[in-house]
Amino acid sequence: MMGQPQSGAEILLRALEEQGVEVIFGYPGGAVLPIYDALFQQNALRHILVRHEQAAVHAAEGYARSTGRVGVVLVTSGPGATNAVTGLVDALMDSVPVVCLTGQVPTHLIGNDAFQEADTTGITRPATKHNYLVKRAEDLARVIHEAFHVARSGRPGPVVVDLPKDILIGPAPYRSKPESAHRTYRPRTVPDAGAICAAVTALKRARRPIVYAGGGVINAGPEASRRLTHFVRRTGFPCTNTLMGLGSFPASDPHFLGMLGMHGTYEANLAMHGSDVMLNIGARFDDRVTGRLAAFSPGSLKIHADIDPSNINKNVAVDIPIVGDAAQVLAALIEAWEADPEPAEAIDDWWQQIETWRGKDSLRFTQRKNPDALIKPQYAVRRLYELCRESGRDVFISTEVGQHQMWAAQHFRFERPNRWMTSGGLGTMGYGLPAAMGVQVAHPDALVIDIAGEASILMNIQEMGTLAQYRLPVKVFILNNQYMGMVRQWQELLHGSRYSESYSAALPDFVKLAESFHAKGLRASCLGELDDVIREMLDTPGAVIADIAVDPAENCYPMIPSGAAHNEMILGPEQAERAASVTDEGLMLV
Amino acid sequence: MPEQRTATISLLVDNEAGVLARVIGLFAGRGYNIDSLTVAAVDDARQQSRINIVTSGTPMVIEQIKAQLDRLVPVHKVADLTQLGAHVAREMALVKVVASGEPRVESLRIADAFRARTVDTTPGSFVFELTGSIDKIDAFIALMRPLGLAEVSRTGIAALARGQNTIQQ
Repeated sequence: MMGQPQSGAEILLRALEEQGVEVIFGYPGGAVLPIYDALFQQNALRHILVRHEQAAVHAAEGYARSTGRVGVVLVTSGPGATNAVTGLVDALMDSVPVVCLTGQVPTHLIGNDAFQEADTTGITRPATKHNYLVKRAEDLARVIHEAFHVARSGRPGPVVVDLPKDILIGPAPYRSKPESAHRTYRPRTVPDAGAICAAVTALKRARRPIVYAGGGVINAGPEASRRLTHFVRRTGFPCTNTLMGLGSFPASDPHFLGMLGMHGTYEANLAMHGSDVMLNIGARFDDRVTGRLAAFSPGSLKIHADIDPSNINKNVAVDIPIVGDAAQVLAALIEAWEADPEPAEAIDDWWQQIETWRGKDSLRFTQRKNPDALIKPQYAVRRLYELCRESGRDVFISTEVGQHQMWAAQHFRFERPNRWMTSGGLGTMGYGLPAAMGVQVAHPDALVIDIAGEASILMNIQEMGTLAQYRLPVKVFILNNQYMGMVRQWQELLHGSRYSESYSAALPDFVKLAESFHAKGLRASCLGELDDVIREMLDTPGAVIADIAVDPAENCYPMIPSGAAHNEMILGPEQAERAASVTDEGLMLV
Repeated sequence: MPEQRTATISLLVDNEAGVLARVIGLFAGRGYNIDSLTVAAVDDARQQSRINIVTSGTPMVIEQIKAQLDRLVPVHKVADLTQLGAHVAREMALVKVVASGEPRVESLRIADAFRARTVDTTPGSFVFELTGSIDKIDAFIALMRPLGLAEVSRTGIAALARGQNTIQQ
């Protein structure tokens, strides 16, 4: 193999192997046929044939987020590449390391409107962390190695490598992974000692501290989550997680206040609002989290640790910026905390205050207990959680986007990182099923469940075929309320209950749909059937769709209406009229 | 509303396909202003180009622009010349004036006062070449307008820090 010259496609696969790639999610087409031919003739790389290129990227995201490794996608030119764009932006927004290889027409045809030609690097430039068009065979191996380096280091993200067909067919030289640092791209990972020192001084003096941790902690690897847990327990501070950060701190720990933000808990949001020193690690002051910026945590000194300097002072002006990797920042904070002779302020009064807020039980809901009662979606998630826990298995949850996603975030509790896959930044309906697929490929023996809505699941339902082909035992748990629930909720609260186009008409029979895709279909129509259906789903060795008919009128609370502040939360339907007081400015927000 | 400021930002970038599109796309995509933009290769051996951008925004936005630019993979260096201290910024303009009689004479007189060079002359027109700060060129164009200003072509600014400091440091 070493003696004779290798084709570009062979060089590509060799570089992937050197990068430790085991699985590729892809879909063939004319421009990538040389790669598929090379794949056919080797056994080191496994290829998972998806049913749509968007799903390939989401599957790679699920694979990446559940393992901490780079997810790899292979699609053809033109429509293959454009179909992948939604997944790429999703990965960009949620900082997921993905390398997406796209086929391209041969270099001499680029720009000629050739068959299945698209300006892939042009289209994906704002959709990726970086992209490449390989125009010379001698650049191929170097670019592949560089793409992996860029995707996984610093703030992770998607990288596209566009591969013209002549480069794949012609001979190309191989180069190994470079030893030296990249000539321009050197993200800072080690935090500035002065900033750490200033942060610890402020935290020791805090009377009302809060730790606000996000997806950056998970991206920094499991050690970062262990350090976060240690730091919070050592300091005794309260800790809240963003949607992306769930699992970075154990939900069962009494220091945990739950998720914050638009559908976060009362105690988390009021603690943010009332805090005097806020430590943000690996979160980005997203608008779902801050609510009205002018009223966001008005009295706090803000410490913000982020690996991406452009996240600092973007939405919220901070007092102590720390640029660095979350794991390294936490290690430095722990060390400085122990080294600092100053005793920390007592925060008993603060905890007392937080416990009063916690006493509101803001995630409460009322489930009628007669067996023929309508199932509350929150209750369905709670039971799913409890029965999963009883099973003792390693459980990974993905979601689609909407009310069910928020109920899953509120009621499914995560003790460990990398177990929660959801589309946070982009809010991509159709994310959950392919993401779960990617998780299951990486963790064949784990219990992988997509908590879905009946509208979202239809956006990538074709992936049931992929589950069947590879015998991936993913469980799809549909909270079926016959509405695009979150759209309906906003229409109810903000648009005079005019349910414009938000009703899920003409739904398929999900049981038969499952069966037609060689999976098991289950249905629970009332409370009395719920536990049996969940148990059967969990006990089934193969893929399952469980269609859970839930109360179609239920809304997701608590809620910070758009344009409102953390201390203006709506706790339940009894306060829903508060949403009517949303200002015109608030109405303009999404 | 915090005060807006103007910033002259210089970038050293890898001279590769698409690098200018990345920079411009970032400004367009995030809604930042570009008041002036120049780009040219400055180091053939290292294959580097320099991009000079004049932009405006609140101090927080300017900081954000610099951080976003620094995040682009082919960007070596981002320097905010306005913030780093004294710098020189020069632009060249070609200014065509179509006039006869007294306005024609007056335009030549003003060009002389601005130390503009006359690079093309016909009985009914001049093309002046003028180098200087943005303000100087703006002032010259304003003066030419009533005299028969017909067309303007400007380069955008080239800028360097004063003294021994370079963008590499």
